Order: sequence, then structure tokens, then C-alpha cells
Amino acid sequence: MSKQINVALIGNPNTGKTSVFNALTGLNQKVGNYPGITVEKKEGICKLPRGVKAHIIDLPGTYSLNASSLDENVVIELLLNKNDKDYPDVAVVVSDVENLKRNLLLFTQIKDLQIPTILVINMSDRMAYKGISLDIDYLEEQLETKIALISTRKNIGIDELRELITHFKELSTKPCLHASSIDEAYFDNLRKAFPNQLLYKLWLVITQDVNFGKTDRATFDKVEDFKTKTKADLKRLQQKETIKRYQFINATLKKGQTIDLNSAKDLRIRLDRVLTHKVWGYLIFAAILLTIFQAIYDWSSIPMDFIDSSFASLSEWTKNTLPEGAFTNLLAEGIISGLGGIIIFIPQIAFLFLFISILEESGYMSRVVFLMDRIMRRFGLSGKSVVPLISGTACAIPAIMATRNIESWKERLITILVTPFTTCSARLPVYLIIISLVIPEGRILGLSYQALTLMLLYLIGFGAAVGSAWILNKILKIKSKSFFVVEMPNYKLPMFKNVALTVLEKTKAFVFGAGKIILAISIVLWFLASYGPGENFNNAENIVTEQYASENLTKDELHKKIESHKLEHSFIGIAGHAIEPAIRPLGYDWKIGIAIVSSFAAREVFVGTLATIYSVGSDEEETIKNRMAGEVNPILGGPLFNFASGISLLLFYAFAMQCMSTLAIVKRETNSWKWPMYQLVIMSAFAYIVALIAFQVLK
Amino acid sequence: MTLADLKRGQQGIIIDVSSIHIPLKLLEMGCLPGNSVELVQVAPFADPMYLNINGSHLAIRKETAIHILIETSNE
Repeated sequence: MSKQINVALIGNPNTGKTSVFNALTGLNQKVGNYPGITVEKKEGICKLPRGVKAHIIDLPGTYSLNASSLDENVVIELLLNKNDKDYPDVAVVVSDVENLKRNLLLFTQIKDLQIPTILVINMSDRMAYKGISLDIDYLEEQLETKIALISTRKNIGIDELRELITHFKELSTKPCLHASSIDEAYFDNLRKAFPNQLLYKLWLVITQDVNFGKTDRATFDKVEDFKTKTKADLKRLQQKETIKRYQFINATLKKGQTIDLNSAKDLRIRLDRVLTHKVWGYLIFAAILLTIFQAIYDWSSIPMDFIDSSFASLSEWTKNTLPEGAFTNLLAEGIISGLGGIIIFIPQIAFLFLFISILEESGYMSRVVFLMDRIMRRFGLSGKSVVPLISGTACAIPAIMATRNIESWKERLITILVTPFTTCSARLPVYLIIISLVIPEGRILGLSYQALTLMLLYLIGFGAAVGSAWILNKILKIKSKSFFVVEMPNYKLPMFKNVALTVLEKTKAFVFGAGKIILAISIVLWFLASYGPGENFNNAENIVTEQYASENLTKDELHKKIESHKLEHSFIGIAGHAIEPAIRPLGYDWKIGIAIVSSFAAREVFVGTLATIYSVGSDEEETIKNRMAGEVNPILGGPLFNFASGISLLLFYAFAMQCMSTLAIVKRETNSWKWPMYQLVIMSAFAYIVALIAFQVLK
Repeated sequence: MTLADLKRGQQGIIIDVSSIHIPLKLLEMGCLPGNSVELVQVAPFADPMYLNINGSHLAIRKETAIHILIETSNE
């Protein structure tokens, strides 16, 4: 095998960097995490001419090499560490033709690190429309680089880019300007103290608070005749450096780029006039949210019903086809039911991520941030908290990771703490099945009661998030500077390939991530429900037959009695009975208790657990929903899932903190167990109290 | 005058940026002395402000805008 070329894709946010990555790698990509941190690591393989292969890594978007977040740290850590296995042979800096000036800042910094660099100017299809023309030869000469003028949308220039990557050895490593001239004396000392090091690299290490392996900050203090400057001095120098870079870029573009100002007036202006309008802006945002929720409820119900009934038939088929025995039961009742509980989520997760990625890709999300900032600030949040709160409707984990670009620590912490209140997709199946059991069908003003209930639950989730943010804002005494800068990118028609890949990747991450937990718990539950200690379980047949000897039961009825007696005295039954006193005031029986306890690991386990518990011992082909509807409340009589207990359950799931993965992420992002523990205790206690009140009032 | 005094649709030139109050990130996005700035749109209560600085479109809060000195050409 020939050696692979390591390529790093670097660029500002909103330059279409990920489109370039998708264009180069196609489906040959995988998403993982950097070791020890939750920053997404996207890498892929690209086939180059003459059988050469390139390993491409899509680094997080950044405006400069002066990192201010974990994601941005990843970029400099890689570029400064020559020993990293991903250290690039060639850096590909992606820029947007309409924002070339700003995009070149990062480019000039990377050039100073003397890494062979290709400049990609993306969205070239917009040049004629915007009246932009470029003198590529002049720019290549001034910037000491090779330029690939491409359009990922029109699929132009990708082959040329591949060609340039293949010939990376011919690229110049000369810097295009010398940053050291901002303070000659200081940099001279630096050069003398560390003669073998790259000057700009030293500068980055001095000004950043990141650990760069062997050359960390401590080494600088050890050198006697070299002293680091104060923080304020350093900041002033960084500012000077930025100004100097812009002077160079302005001078270069003055000659290398011409913009005809009389060309077409921007679509952006016309759209922004409406979309960021004081009244229309909010109305449109509300309408978009409504559409999303209605769509998720309506559109995904068809594939979900289909999946539900298919798995019921599959389970039945397995039982009838395979020879009887413990293995067949495990397969039919544990594994297949458990798998059904995972697969059933796919339509909704896919729809949610579809909408979220369209909103992000089109540039609309930044407008929402702009519109909502003032309102959110009242509650101690930032306009940027809207993105986590909306993506929280898909899953709290990526949502909490999305808080990283909130500049103020207090606003960020509050956002992290309240995001788990938003109705994540794991709650949806619980909601859907309970709503369909206890809320009557029928319509008011053309909207079904069931859809309205679901929307109400979403609103309750947002309400709880915003309300608790307000309280936290009053309680938390954290002083932090609140900076707020958000880029307002150009409006773009979302590219199908990007949206499709996002949906695919997120759905896959869910199925394999959460799926593993659900499947494991389903199997454990099946064992616990199928075996038990003592006479009552092992001799169930005789006990029940004797008990009902006087009543003339049919064989079928007797069989059912035996099975339910067995379940009640299985390991899980015993555990369920033990916690029953605590949950009876909420209107639940021990089976729901089991489902609640097991869903503290992950709420999506609820339906799967009930499916597993109820399918143990049932012979007929039935959907989960039918089985649940048939359950009888052992004390009050009547259906177990009635209006009162149903509402109580819905509210419990709306508020309780039942997701271990979220707790783990909060721990990582806040760097302490304190905050996730608060979340767990306070949210769950609140859920219990609200559910208790609801049941006692409604019963 | 400061950036916070700008009216919608009005343009100006940045003269000075108070370095203690302004994050480096904002400078890197083009908010530097000598660059032109235009107020594109304001949210209710004139906060945050949607700006076009030197061709870069971004939004900042009023509390940040008061630390950026500008002058308008028609004064």
C-alpha cells in the first residue's frame, strides 16, 4: 500500500468547508471523537489521481488560530504537533469568495506555520452574480500558494483540487508576511532563546492557554534571559498582529480582486427585511416551529405504525418457526422487542435532524439567534441558547455540545443546565404511546386533540427550560463577561448531499449509540422477567391450577393466569413490587415502575421495557399498544392507563432527568459532578411532585 | 459617537476600538479602526445590532457596540 497523504481541511465557519469534505470523500467518511474530549472528529478517505490516497480530516471551523473554545483548540493542537499521526502534509484552507477578506486572516496565520497550504476559494458560482472578479495569478504570487477556485454546489473545480493535493510537494512553505515585525525586539529575544523553534509557533504557544505536548508554557519561564509579557501586553500584541494581517490582506485584495458594486442587489437584503423584521420575523419563526412539530407527528406516524406492527409479526413468526426453548424466547421476547424499541425512533430522529440541518445550512438559524437574543437574555440565556434548545428537541447530547459557542460562561452554564427539559426525541415514543392510549381521538379547529397534547408537552418542556433558567439566573452568582458575536452568513439553498449526510450520520449515531444500551437493557430485563427465585415462580403452574381449580377456566385463561403469576414472582416482579409503594400515589403499577427505573439509564427504554415485560408469556401477535391498553389497574380496577395516570406519566417524563449519557456530557462540559448531580436530583424530584399532584387531582 | 448611536441604514468609519472591552474575536472578524461599518438591521429595543463591517455581516450586543468609536461621513 502506498503512503497516504494527510490533508487537513481548515476554514472559517460558513465557508462550505464541510461541503468540500463531502465532495472529496463522499460516503467514505466516519465521525468519531477526539480522545478525551467531546469534539467531533470527522475524517475520510479521498482517492487521488494515479492511485494515491489522501486521508482527509475536517477540522472544526475557526476564525483564527487564537483559540477561544475547545473546538478551536483542536485545530491549533494538531497544527503545532508534528508528532501527531494526523499532522497534515498539506493544509487546505477553505474560503468563501464573498468573504475572502475575512477568510484570509486564518490563511495567513497557517502560512506562518510553514505548512504547505492550498487556498480553496469556494462558491465561485456566485462570482458573476455578485460582480466579483479575481486575478488568480497575482493572488497566488502574493499569498505564496496555489489556489483552487471551486464550487461545491455546481461541482466545479474538485478535480483540480485533487490534482493540487497530489502535488503538495511543489507547494511553497514561505510565509506571506512576517508577524514578528509587530515587536522586533521581543521576537529577537524569543529567537535567541529558542533557536531551533519556529517563531510563529512559539508565539502561538505563548499566547494560548493550551497544552502542546512537549512545548508548553512552563518551558518559557525556565529560560533566564527571556521573560513572557503580561497578559494585557500580549493581548495588545495580538491586536497589532491582527491589524497587520488585515493591512496585508487589504493591500493584496485591492489589486487581486475587483467587485462591481452595481451588480445585482443582494437576495440577503430582501430576505432579511422580512426574516429579521420586528413582527414578521417572529411570526415566521413561530410558523416554522409549528410546521416542524406537526410534520414530526403526522409524517412519522405512518412508518412508525408500520415498524411497530412489523416487529410484532416478526416476534410472532420467530416463535412459531424456531424450535421451542429458552433461546427462541430470548430472541422473540427480549432481542426482537428490544430492537423494535430502537428502530421505531428512526423516522422521528431523521425528520428532526432533517429540519435542524436545513435551518442551519440555509443560514436561517443565525437570524433566529439575532431575533431571540434580547428575549433570552431576560432569562439569563443568550440568543445562541436557541440553537441548543431547538436541537434539544432531537437530543440533549449534541445540544449541550452546541453551547460551546456561547461566549459568556454563566449564560452557557444555564443553557447546559436547562436544555434537558426540552422534549428530546427519546421522550417522543413514550409520549406518543401514552397519548394514543389516554387522549381521545377527535378534532378541534382541524387539529387533532392528540397532536395538540403533543404540542402542549413541547411547550411545557420549553416553559420548564426557560422558567428554570430565570430562577438560575437569579440564584447563580457567577461574574463573567458577556460577549456576543454571531456571524450572519449568506442565505443558501441547503445542499441535498450535506443534509442527507447529516441526517444519515446522526441517525446512525443514535441507533448504534443509544441502541446498544437499549438492546442490552432489553436482554437483561428479559432474563429478570423470565426467571425467579423460590416456589412461587418455579412451581407457578401447580399453585395457580390449584387456586383456580373450582372455577371453570378454559385452558387459555388458565395459561394466562399462570404466566402473569410467574411474571409477578420473577426477579423483576419482586423488584417492581418493592418500589410500588413509592409510585402508587402517582397511579402506576409495578410494571410501569420497572419501566421507569430502567429508563433512568435512557428514557427511550420505557416503551421497550413495557414491550419486553408484556410480551413475556404472551402468545398472540399483538402490538405493544394493544397490550398496554389491555392492562388493568390491580387496585382501582379499570384500565391501568387512564386519563389521570396517563397525564401523570406524561408529566413525569416531561420533567425527570432520565438519561445517563446527558449526565455524562454535562459532567464533561462543566468539568464537575456537581452540576449533573443537581440536575438529576432537582429535576427528578420536581417530576415526582408534579406527577403526584396531577394524578391526585385528576383521578 | 459610538457604534451604538448609528441609525438603521446609516454608515460610518471605525476610529477606535477599546481593547479591554472588545474580544479579539470581534477584531478578527474585521472590527478594526479604518474599516467601514453599516447598521443593517436592529432587533426590538435596538439590541442586538446586525452590522456589515467591511463586508462581514455579524451581530453584536449594544453593550459591546458602545465601546467602538466611529464617525459618520455626513457630520
